Parts: sequence; C-alpha cells; structure tokens
Amino acid sequence: MAQKTAQPDVARNGGGKPSAAEHDHELLTELFRQMVLIRRFEEKCQEMYTKAKIGGFLHLYIGEEATGVGAVSALRPEDHIFTHYRDHGHAIARGLDINPLMAELFGKVTGTSKGLGGSMHFAEAEKHFWGGYAIVGSHLLLAVGVALGMKMQNKASVVMVFFGDGATNGGEFYEALNFAQLWKLPVVFVCENNLYAMGTPLEVHSSVTEIYRKACAFDMTAERVDGNDVLVMREAALRAVEHARSGQGPVLLEAMTYRFRGHSAQDTQKYRTKEDVEKYRSTDPIEVFRRTLIDDGVLTEEQARAIESRIDDQVEESVRFSEESPEPGVEWIKQSGVYAEAIAVDPPIHGE
Amino acid sequence: MPELTFIDAIRAAMADEMAADERVFVLGEDVAQKGGVFLATDGLLAQFGPLRVIDMPIAEAGIVGVAIGAALHGLRPVAEIQFADYLHPAIDQILNEAARFRYRSNGDWSCPIVVRAPFGAGIHGALYHSQSVEALFTSTPGLKVVIPATPYDAKGLLIAAIRDPDPVLFLEHKQLYRSLRGEVPTGSYIVPIGRAEVRRRGSSLSLITYGMMVHACLEAAAQAAVDGIDAEVLDLRTLAPLDVDAILATAHRTGKVLIVHEDNLTGGIGGEIAALIAEHAFESLDAPVRRLAAPDLPATPFSDNLEEFFMLDPHKILAGIRELARY
Repeated sequence: MAQKTAQPDVARNGGGKPSAAEHDHELLTELFRQMVLIRRFEEKCQEMYTKAKIGGFLHLYIGEEATGVGAVSALRPEDHIFTHYRDHGHAIARGLDINPLMAELFGKVTGTSKGLGGSMHFAEAEKHFWGGYAIVGSHLLLAVGVALGMKMQNKASVVMVFFGDGATNGGEFYEALNFAQLWKLPVVFVCENNLYAMGTPLEVHSSVTEIYRKACAFDMTAERVDGNDVLVMREAALRAVEHARSGQGPVLLEAMTYRFRGHSAQDTQKYRTKEDVEKYRSTDPIEVFRRTLIDDGVLTEEQARAIESRIDDQVEESVRFSEESPEPGVEWIKQSGVYAEAIAVDPPIHGE
Repeated sequence: MPELTFIDAIRAAMADEMAADERVFVLGEDVAQKGGVFLATDGLLAQFGPLRVIDMPIAEAGIVGVAIGAALHGLRPVAEIQFADYLHPAIDQILNEAARFRYRSNGDWSCPIVVRAPFGAGIHGALYHSQSVEALFTSTPGLKVVIPATPYDAKGLLIAAIRDPDPVLFLEHKQLYRSLRGEVPTGSYIVPIGRAEVRRRGSSLSLITYGMMVHACLEAAAQAAVDGIDAEVLDLRTLAPLDVDAILATAHRTGKVLIVHEDNLTGGIGGEIAALIAEHAFESLDAPVRRLAAPDLPATPFSDNLEEFFMLDPHKILAGIRELARY
C-alpha cells in the first residue's frame, strides 16, 4: 500500500529496489524500448532544432524517461493522462505514433494537431491523452474535472496528471488537491521533481522541499519515490492507481528525477554547474536499466543493440515522414477551428 | 403564459434542462444547500440531489477548471460564479483552456460549459460586486458571451447555452433579477445565440445596447418620441460572436448610431461596434457614431450620488439621443 504522509517510507525507495528478475521479460523489454525511443526521438528533435527544421520552444525530457515510462505503464487503455509542456515522453509512453509527433514539431499537417500546437501541446483523443498544457498548474483542475465526470458516471477509470515541482507553489495545485480529496476522486497526481522550476532551484522556490509532504494539508496519501528507477516508479504508480481505482481517493506521487538538458533548447543553465549534471548523467536511468537487464539475463548485449538500432531506424523514418508531409492550409481554421458551427472569421461586407 | 421574474426564468432554464438531460449539472459556491447567493439555484438540490447540484470550495479557478474537465468527459456543467467580479481568478481557465479546446484539437474535442455570473452596478456593491466585465472576454474567439435583457430571453438563451457545444459565458444583470417580470413559456424553447433583436423600430437614429441598458434605452426612446425623434433600439443579446448583420442593418436604416453600455468606455464592446460600422456602413452614416458608457474609473463607486454619476440612466441617454438627432 502507498504510505500516508504522516509516516513516509522514504527508505524503501533506496532499499526495497524491485529486482528485474522478478518481472516478466517481455514487460521489462518494453519498458526499456520505450525509454530508448523517447531518448533517441528527443536527441533527434534537438538535432532538427539545431538545423532549424523545428522552430519555437523545445523542452526535452531527456534524463526523466524512467518517470514517465514507469508511471504510464501502470495505466489501462481506458485511463486518462494530462501532462505539462514537457510532454514528449508521456505521449510516447502512452503509445502515440512518433510519426505524427515529429510531424507536429515540424509544423506539418500530418502532426497530431495539424501543426497548430507544436511541442508543448501533443494530444490524441483515442489514447485518452489529453495533451500538454503550458500554463503551469492549470491542467491539474481539468484532470480533477474529468475524474469528477467519472465518479458521476460510475466509471472505474483513473486520471493520471503530471506536473513539475514548480507547479506545486501555485494556487491551482491546492484547489485541485483539495477538491480531489474532498470527493475521493480517482486521480494520481505525479509530481516530477527535477529539482528546478525552470531555472530556479527547489530550495529557492518552495518552502517545503519534500513535495509529497504538501499532501498532508489535504490528508491525502502520498509517497516520494525514485523516479529514475523505472521499476520503482512503476511499482509506486501501480499502488497509487489501485488506490485511486478502488475508490479510496487520489494519491500524490513525488518522483525524484533530473533533466540532463536545459529547461528549453535556449537555456544557458547558469543555475547549476556542469559537475551537477555530470553527477546525474553518471547514473543515467536508461544506462542503469540496460545494465541491469543484461546482468540479470533479460537481454543480451546484442539484443539490446538490436532494439536500439530498430529505434534509430524508426526515428529516422519519422523525420522522413515529417519532411515529406505538406504544410497545413489555413482554410480549415476558418471553417471549423473556432466554434462548432463555421463562422466567418472576416466580417461580411455590406452594401457591395 | 405565466409571468416570471428574470431570476425565476434562469432557474426554470436550469431545472428544465436538468430534467431533460442527465448530463446537465450545476456547480458553484453555495449553489446547493443555500441555493445560490441570489437564489438562482434554489430548490435544485431537492429536485436533483447532491451529485448534480454541487457546492464547491470558494475558489473560482477550481470551479471552472473542474467544470471544463467534466465537460471534456461528456457532461454538461453549468458553473455559477457568485459575482462577475470573481471571474477574474478563473480567467486562466476560461480564456487559456475552455476557449481553446476545439482549436487545439482540430475540432476533435469541445468544451460545452456554461459559466453563469451576475454582473452590473446599481446596488451599491462598489469595487468587487458591481463590475461589467464583458469586454475582458469578448476578444477571445472560441468563447461565446451572452447577456439577456428579458425573462423570455434569459430562459431561451440559457437553454441554448447549455445545449451549445462550445463554452458560453452567461452574464445576468443582477439588478434585473427581481425588478423585471415578463411572460415566459413553460417547457423548453431556444433563443438562438448570436442573434440580436430589434426591440423598437425607428427611423431617426439607432440605439445599440444590451443587458439592463436595453430598458433604459427603451424608456429614453419613448421620451424622445414626444419630441418627434423616432429611435430604433437594437438589443445585441450576444456580444461574442456579434450579430454583425443586425448591427450594420440598423446603421444602414437610420444613418445615426448611439452605442450604449454600462461597461466603461475605453476598450468596451462599443469601440468594436463603432469600428464595424465605420468599416462597413460608412456611406450610410449621417453623423459620427457616438458612444455612451460608464466613465473610465477603476471601479464602481459606493455612495448614492457617486454611483448615480457612474451609471447611465434614461435621462442621460435621452440627452445623447437629442444631441445625435440634432447633428
């Protein structure tokens, strides 16, 4: 069971590490594949950004893959996801095809939002992936509203909502947690604590640096976990999802993680040293998990390389797909992008 | 046909729609047990139960954000914000989220919420209980803004808003709640969103207005008629999207336009209407388009004489009519 905030079991996250050998090999391989796919996809995004094939803002999830993959792996197809602007990892973990994702970054009509949204607003209705939201904290309330709808319709689905440590200082975080707990709504709040709100360190922006303790104010079940260990993250998410699905109410998970790249592609990262980043890179969640899988006999080195090679091909294919896709036309916006019924975007000219 | 007050017509719209469609529910501060600060939702809890009439924490972003989420999940929430002044804490949810769902998803998703709020001055509410906030919302495509002036329209427009597949901000002038009665049919009917209504036919000049000012304009027009000035009164009813055809039609018909609103002058919807007329009906004009509005003060003042200075009334409108007629 997940821990109440009054007696957090932080020690378990360092000590009670799940062994890879206890898990189904197919599942372990799939978790590995997803993490590598996110990594290679985003490395390609950075390359394409540098080549000016991708414009606008680019917030990379590199370094945090274990959190998203582990958490999303605990969900069923009927469950729902809301996330923040650093949304590539959650989208891929949820199984969105990377071709339309890359095309969206290229601003092409084949993108998930036909080129309207770009990096921060991936979405897909069929996967119940409600997308990335770039107003920090505002989407927590939307997740709670979806969960209220489920409660009213007696559905046993769960809503998982991702946000960063910075979002926990805003009012909407408190409004969302209070109402979710008050109504015992099936929401799993996943705070990805990567130690920085953009460029402001955790201890500078939050009076409480153990974010999970903020749940105390709502008597909500909460847990701090090692988000850089995909199996620890998955186990915690499974506990939280079960808690929410069984009607016991929401859970706040604080996933400790770290992003290797800047806040966005333009970040000069004056708020941390190269040594800080190197320290975390030396325990890269993907490298550690890869080594574990090989050491435990789940994969051979050759099998791991074959997976990585197939992913490289897949990512190259997404670039080819995006480059060959046409630009979006503007006509459909005038027809249907504003209201359900088409309205004239330009006012009619009278007397002509 | 029964006569109802303005607020009874609003309540009837919600009750009828909740009875007809189980997806419809209301949420807001004090809406259940208390029945709403103005009693707009009085009796709904007893009729529909606590799962469909929800007392929310007094946190407006939460009220609207939760409503949006429920709408995404297929429900038809009607959120009440106690006073339009309290919409401001929820502006992020209304403008950044609700108004954009259809657009951001290429029409895959919609956000059919209604946010109801009493607005307007004249009851000594001063800073935070008197504002006309419509102009903050009318510049956001994707959101509809509706302001009824009669009990008949209040019911028909609110039913239309609840059934509308897009988000609607529904502003109710609080001074009309119990001061205005009118014939309201029992059962469901729709007054279409986006259509203005000519309340008085006239040939000398046009008054373009909405909300409580419709009644002040009608009274002023009746007095002007004594002087032989035949004023037309157009009730906009919907501020977003505007009924451009009706606005231009009345400008073409009379050639003189006076726009009247309780919202303050600068940045008010009157400027947009004047621009539309200047762009598309310039050659029909016999006079510059004029605006009558509240002075550009940060908020409505409290004391009797100051509030009187702030508010428009039939006397001030009549002076405006006479001046424009003389041009």
